[in-house]
Amino acid sequence: MAIVTTPKKACAVNPLKMSQPIGGAFAFMGLRGAMPLLHGSQGCTSFGLTLFVRHFKEAVPLQTTAMSEVATVLGGYENVEKAILNIYNRAKPEIIGICSTGVTETNGDDVDGYIKLIREQHPQLAKFPLVFVSTPDFKDAFQDGWGKTVACMVEVLVEAPAVGAERDPARVNVLPGCHLTPGDLDELRTILEDFGLKPSFLPDLAGSLDGHIPDEFTPTTIGGIGVDEVAGMGRSSWTIAIGAQMRRAAEAMQAKSGVPFRLFERLCGLIPNDEFIAFLSDISGRPVPAKYRRQRGQLSDAMLDAHFHVGGRKLAIGAEPDLLFDLSSMLHEMGAQVTAAVTTTPSPVLERIGTKEVLIGDLEDLEELARTRNCDLLITHSHGRQAAARLKIPFYRAGFPMFDRIGAGHQLSVGYRGTRDVIFNIANLVIADREENHQPTPDSWRTSRRPLKPGRRSFIDATEGSIA
Amino acid sequence: MSALSATIQEMFNEPGCAKNANKSDAERKKGCTKQLQPGGAAGGCAFDGAKIALQPFTDVAHLVHGPIACEGNSWDNRGAASSGASIWRTGFTTDMNETDIVFGGEKRLYKAIKEIINKYNPSAIFVYQTCVPAMIGDDINAVCKAASQKLGKPVIPVNSPGFVGPKNLGNKLAGEALLEHVIGTQEPDYTTPYDINLIGEYNLSGELWQVKPLLDELGIRILSCISGDGKYREVASSHRARVAMMVCSKAMINVARKMEERYGIPFFEGSFYGIQDSSDSLREIARLLVERGAPSELIERTEAVIAREEARALAAIERYKPRFAGKRALLITGGVKSWSVVAALQEAGLELVGTSVKKSTKQDKERIKELMGQDAHMIEDMTPREIYKMLKDAKADIMLSGGKSQFVALKAAMPWLDINQERCHAYMGYIGMVKLVEEIDKALFNPIWEQLRRPVPWEEVAKNRQTKGMARMDAQAAEVAADPETSRRAKKVCFCKEVDLGTIEDAIRSHGLTSVEAVRQHTNAFGGCCKRRIEDILATMPVSSPPAMLQAAE
Repeated sequence: MAIVTTPKKACAVNPLKMSQPIGGAFAFMGLRGAMPLLHGSQGCTSFGLTLFVRHFKEAVPLQTTAMSEVATVLGGYENVEKAILNIYNRAKPEIIGICSTGVTETNGDDVDGYIKLIREQHPQLAKFPLVFVSTPDFKDAFQDGWGKTVACMVEVLVEAPAVGAERDPARVNVLPGCHLTPGDLDELRTILEDFGLKPSFLPDLAGSLDGHIPDEFTPTTIGGIGVDEVAGMGRSSWTIAIGAQMRRAAEAMQAKSGVPFRLFERLCGLIPNDEFIAFLSDISGRPVPAKYRRQRGQLSDAMLDAHFHVGGRKLAIGAEPDLLFDLSSMLHEMGAQVTAAVTTTPSPVLERIGTKEVLIGDLEDLEELARTRNCDLLITHSHGRQAAARLKIPFYRAGFPMFDRIGAGHQLSVGYRGTRDVIFNIANLVIADREENHQPTPDSWRTSRRPLKPGRRSFIDATEGSIA
Repeated sequence: MSALSATIQEMFNEPGCAKNANKSDAERKKGCTKQLQPGGAAGGCAFDGAKIALQPFTDVAHLVHGPIACEGNSWDNRGAASSGASIWRTGFTTDMNETDIVFGGEKRLYKAIKEIINKYNPSAIFVYQTCVPAMIGDDINAVCKAASQKLGKPVIPVNSPGFVGPKNLGNKLAGEALLEHVIGTQEPDYTTPYDINLIGEYNLSGELWQVKPLLDELGIRILSCISGDGKYREVASSHRARVAMMVCSKAMINVARKMEERYGIPFFEGSFYGIQDSSDSLREIARLLVERGAPSELIERTEAVIAREEARALAAIERYKPRFAGKRALLITGGVKSWSVVAALQEAGLELVGTSVKKSTKQDKERIKELMGQDAHMIEDMTPREIYKMLKDAKADIMLSGGKSQFVALKAAMPWLDINQERCHAYMGYIGMVKLVEEIDKALFNPIWEQLRRPVPWEEVAKNRQTKGMARMDAQAAEVAADPETSRRAKKVCFCKEVDLGTIEDAIRSHGLTSVEAVRQHTNAFGGCCKRRIEDILATMPVSSPPAMLQAAE
């Protein structure tokens, strides 16, 4: 049981956290023909855009209401109206998703009210799908923005089924957390389809940010789940939510359409996947396909091969709560010690992380803890690269953003197969580190207490020696 | 905020800006920035611009006062290179929360400054103002002043909240902060007649180091580079330079002009992109230094270096000319650099089918016309869709642009090269141009393009199968038209055993069958998946004669 603490410092150094509005915009990117719109100054959008482009190496649709200083004083109605009209006319989207920012939350813009007014003023927009989410920068984090936005999509876009309407027994809703990659979603889709189930992913980043090459150029998202398909999600027989951040959306779905849900907090690791596959077998009424029996065997074997390398490692990990819980638990179950854990925002899963203390902090905290507690494996997003270079310990990149490597969209961690890959990758990092940096020498096991020489600051030497 | 708006207004009156000088008073008052289009804008804010301009100062802690978005979403995203300190790459932010918004963030800012000094002890701290604290009225100038005095360390306010305008304005506001609080506050250890300032050079991918060896060889010292691989002490004492070069961009023209006004440092606008430009810039530096008292032999030495470097570079590029014959390039970049790159590409024998001039001045356009001829295809503003179409129609063989438009080219399976700030190769000076040509060659002749553009064979197979299928159906339709009865009877009922309608009808008729079971006995029909179809046939067939009679007759 971990205690969750917040350090009392005024200055965040090397932030781990990213802001809530871009988490929200990210969720909209999993809808087909979507244009996410940040209601704020143009920098809010530009920074987010650059971040997504660097991570996915893909064109990313993201627009701004371009609030100026004057507009901020006078209120943003005109900017929201102009932005919606411009996007509607130029990009011809199927949906526009709007997230507020620190600027427009501080001046108190009532965007829901604006949207009502805009629909009245412009009859062509009367029925056009517009979803607004309140996501101030000065509260919460990326993951929260995603969770809130998906919950809003459910509330606005899902239609309540008619009374007595029949549910499609094969149809299943999947509400994935933002820690899953497009590759993860494709893996889940395959697994569900192998059980004869027809999944609808909300949002479906695998359709838009998986790196496929579209036939035509479009300024909006090039794929994802369609608004019509979202509307029909109320007729599914089950909702599968992945990550605690999706509880809110799953509950919204149940409240609106009566679809029962099952929340899987983790999908990386042997036991979580056993539960997942058993659940699929149960709801589909089908035996587990031979393929997954084999994959389970392969994962078991991977655990056998890797535990020599991963077992006993002191892990320093910085990630958003759901990813932190998922990866740290998996490695804990492989025998690693979660020695330093830093996250961005509160979550009910944090206290169940297999360590003494979880810090809501930044990468400076993580680096400091990793150094003082002699960690020998670092896991965080690409911004941890500087810390890794200073700490000189193996560094596994996980989470968003991952801008200094390619293939971020296809890094797999779910399912038996995904877990197997993660275990191999981490174990190989450890092996490479040992070969490169920890080869034994004739003096490796010599006690390092140096002879005391007069005139040197021998006291400090001796102390360091005895610690090492 | 009134002080800030006064600064901005002053900037719009910048006499050093050629564009500004041509404007009427009324136009000037409106400012140079076009009103941003909601829902149609791209590009960074003023804060972004200020940070870009100053962050390359390597021994300075850059502290962003604002909510997490401003720093958390953007830190460590620039490719500038440092020869020493790394504190500039550390992300510092006050990460303002709701309480700070309600009660004000000044105290948190002061504490943050103190923490940074205690933990990291940088040469100076630059504090960047952002929108939210500007709205709630945090006075960063006052906090910075108090912190400087109490903590004995330069703490410089950079007043450039995002919503005051675009990136370009932010560059200038950053320059104002330097002019007001930094430049001239310290003295250099020594000076030489060969001291120069470079203004607006950010050492992206370490490209300044492609030129610096030449300057070193000539004995020319970069007293201060604003801001690539720069140090606080250097910029603080930069007022002792003899000459300044405004590198490639008008972003910091206010710094260059005001330093000329205040300290008598003459400046010129030059570029190290392209062979001709590099030579021109070296010549101009030497000429101005000699004018300001350096020994005149510098000019001869400079000419010798230029002759050597030009010969070397041209010889290296010469090899590519036959390979580039007939290849066409499309150049989409921030305008100002257009002509220098155009010249370089032409030296390598590439044909230019178009270049963007969105941000170019009149003079820039004139130079492009000079280089590309009167009918140069100058693109004012091109939507991504239009670029995509142009590439898809193969009107160009390669596109050179900034990172944001790369996918337009790549997704059209078209070679592309990054020539803006996010790039990972350095293209400055003579070496840089050769490097650029090498990179273009690598991109153009990479074997992937041919593979990616090839039609997929299995789509061909599928298409053939479809055509064959269609032909068969057409043939059947023709048969039906010719003899409706034969083809009607030839229709398959049981696909498993290949039994046709005629056979089943005959069996029913001749044996007076009434059940699927009976049909199965008399024909080969399986009655599995075709059970329903046989039932339908039984239902439509008139029961001609009682089966018993027929059976009896048999």
